[in-house]
Amino acid sequence: MQPAASSWSFEEDDLNAITRTISRFLAETGARSALLVDRSGQLVTTVGESLSFDPTTFATLTAADFSANDQLARLIGETDFTTLFHQGERESMYVADIARRLILVVLFDNRTPIGLVRLKMKPAVEELTGHLDRAFARARASGTTQPNILAGAGDEIDELFNW
Amino acid sequence: MSMINYAAREINCKIVYYGPGLGGKTTNLEHIYGKVKPETRGKLISLATENERTLFFDFLPVDLGTIRGFNTRFHLYTVPGQVYYNASRKLILKNVDGIVFVADSQMERMEANLESMQNLYDNMAEYGYDLTSMPFVIQYNKRDLPNAAPVSELQQALNPGWEPGDPAKARLSPDPYHAGENLVSQLPTGEWVEKAQYFEGVAIAGDGVFDTLKAVSKLVLKALA
Repeated sequence: MQPAASSWSFEEDDLNAITRTISRFLAETGARSALLVDRSGQLVTTVGESLSFDPTTFATLTAADFSANDQLARLIGETDFTTLFHQGERESMYVADIARRLILVVLFDNRTPIGLVRLKMKPAVEELTGHLDRAFARARASGTTQPNILAGAGDEIDELFNW
Repeated sequence: MSMINYAAREINCKIVYYGPGLGGKTTNLEHIYGKVKPETRGKLISLATENERTLFFDFLPVDLGTIRGFNTRFHLYTVPGQVYYNASRKLILKNVDGIVFVADSQMERMEANLESMQNLYDNMAEYGYDLTSMPFVIQYNKRDLPNAAPVSELQQALNPGWEPGDPAKARLSPDPYHAGENLVSQLPTGEWVEKAQYFEGVAIAGDGVFDTLKAVSKLVLKALA
């Protein structure tokens, strides 16, 4: 049995490089925090100030929001919207597509000008795309990035559901 | 699309509860939410209309234990069952790892079940996913109602089976949950037929809810192994 879509995985080095890029972006813009979410709504990582809400829930809604907007884009003849901006009275969020695999969400308050976020976002997205492309290229070259941790785990899986 | 996060030592998988409107998909999630330990689950999110019909989806993350040092985290979603919301329904299926089809056993809902099953096949096909070769479980819900159709009838209509894609599967395979029945069997004409696992449920009382969840989660993890 095959999973419907190809699985993918992160190594520690990938995550470190990604975190460094996002941290620098936050420092340059004064934005408070950022979340990296995959297109299916799974949270990859959070960077910056600790969050006062449940990041898993936030990640799911972000992916749904992004997917819904993708469809809206298609209806008006665009292939997609690569960024979204939600403006609040004090807190705002800026959402950007990364390599059509991930979504970067940046949270900032009204001390950070949106223009600065936009300006710094472009190189940050390019850099993140580079990190991901390298990870995918490596995965393709070696067949897999890591040995399958569940290989031969049939009995252990049965055991896991023995309740 | 399952995601293995080596840094956080987590395996994340997505399971979608599909089926006709008012069939009990949200009820399944509500029961799971109420029964699992609070520290192993997140919030239950419902994007619903004012009269509690699912508009976009319900979402519940649950941890089902640790395997080889990795926490297994399942993201459970429901889709809006009403025919009108197909665009939203299709979005939720993206990158799915396992499907639960919650059928409404009531005789008068047979047409709605069939329509929803066809819609599931169609939406999956549009993404290039083959439902018959991925983790897929059917729950016949509302078994307690007097107008519930016999399981054999529901099976015939909704789970007639398919030809096993992998020739190695063409051998008698008993259904572990129903004595005397088979998941893979041979027809008198010689062809092999594979069926989805099925469960009977009364989701409102919690009957069959965890059996269904366990079965689909197990299939999802085994697909990764």
